[in-house]
Amino acid sequence: MIAAIRKLIVQVDETHIEMGRPIAPATRRAVAIAVIANPCAGRYSDNLDELTAIGEELGGLLGAKCVEALGIRPDQAQSYGKAAIVGEAGELEHAAAILHPKMGAPLRRAVSKGAALVPSSKKMGGLGTAIDVPLGHKDAAFVRSHFDAIEARVSDAPRANEIVVAIAVTDSGRPLARVGGLQPHEIKGEDGLR
Amino acid sequence: MIELRRVFTHVECIFHEFGPPAAKPLRRAAAIALITNPFAGRFEQQIALFMDDLKPLGLELAKRLLAVLDVAASEVQGYGKAAIVGASGESEHGALWHVPGGYGMREVLGWQAAREGNSGQGQRSNGLAIVPSTNKVGAPGTPIDVPITHINASYVRSHLDAIEVRVPGAPRPDEIAFILVMSAGARIHERIGGLRVEQISRWDGQR
Repeated sequence: MIAAIRKLIVQVDETHIEMGRPIAPATRRAVAIAVIANPCAGRYSDNLDELTAIGEELGGLLGAKCVEALGIRPDQAQSYGKAAIVGEAGELEHAAAILHPKMGAPLRRAVSKGAALVPSSKKMGGLGTAIDVPLGHKDAAFVRSHFDAIEARVSDAPRANEIVVAIAVTDSGRPLARVGGLQPHEIKGEDGLR
Repeated sequence: MIELRRVFTHVECIFHEFGPPAAKPLRRAAAIALITNPFAGRFEQQIALFMDDLKPLGLELAKRLLAVLDVAASEVQGYGKAAIVGASGESEHGALWHVPGGYGMREVLGWQAAREGNSGQGQRSNGLAIVPSTNKVGAPGTPIDVPITHINASYVRSHLDAIEVRVPGAPRPDEIAFILVMSAGARIHERIGGLRVEQISRWDGQR
């Protein structure tokens, strides 16, 4: 384990009824959150490789936690997203180092395929700061029914020297999605867009 | 008739809180059911019977909670419950959770012996302690601190704890969030003395 994890959280959100209408099967979204020590806190570091390695590790770990919590096969995952909140002694670039260079590949292995960009958000924050993790279809970013977001928040993190890292995975789109656009059954899943 | 709209589960594994990492990380979990508040928007005198309607939900949610906590029922050490009533309801609606919430968790933890009137010496069952609770009226996304105490003796100091629970987007005005929580251990760096688990002797739910 490269990341020094203080706390791991997994949440599952199921919607069975929306606006009085039954949703069957229920839409389900999972978010897995790790609270980790920021090895670069409190100083300027030109090289952020350590954070990038942490991102690679957490991509696999948190992706697998989501899939496990949903109780699905990896190929049943439909959308995904990622986010990070950097504590006050760090800098926004630390979130970028975790999220962008190497997190995607192990996450895609956890959900199988994943031609589409993994949508992301990042911010600086303190204890209990909430971040909206964007969600998009994992194989075709233009699938409109799967544009969504799920909140990630840890009441006692991030401390100044910590980073909160979140990955979200779903097995469904929005409940009662009806704003048209590209439908899941129409996608080719090759270029990541359609 | 219960209209279940949404189920939200939360499980956390705490490795340390800046002290020595625990040999066994602390696992805590919460399960939240969002239901339609059948009494929203008016004062209804007769609400108590709704507790019977809620019993199957209490049991179902307790089972779900134990599954999410991912430990054997015998490893559950702490519990608590709470309710957040949406803005068109009153706190008394949240109080309806007292019986079915506690019932559901005790059913899962095994209270058979106590219920059958076996009042002999020693431990008769699990779930002897009163289930601590909080209750409020709140807007969507309102957090609530759910108290946790040891399942068999409220005075066990190492297990006096709380977990913050919050469901983004809920409860809506005509909803109630019914919440159950369980823990599989003491506070991660507990060290303020008091009654220990191994010192429970009266089995009266307190000591």
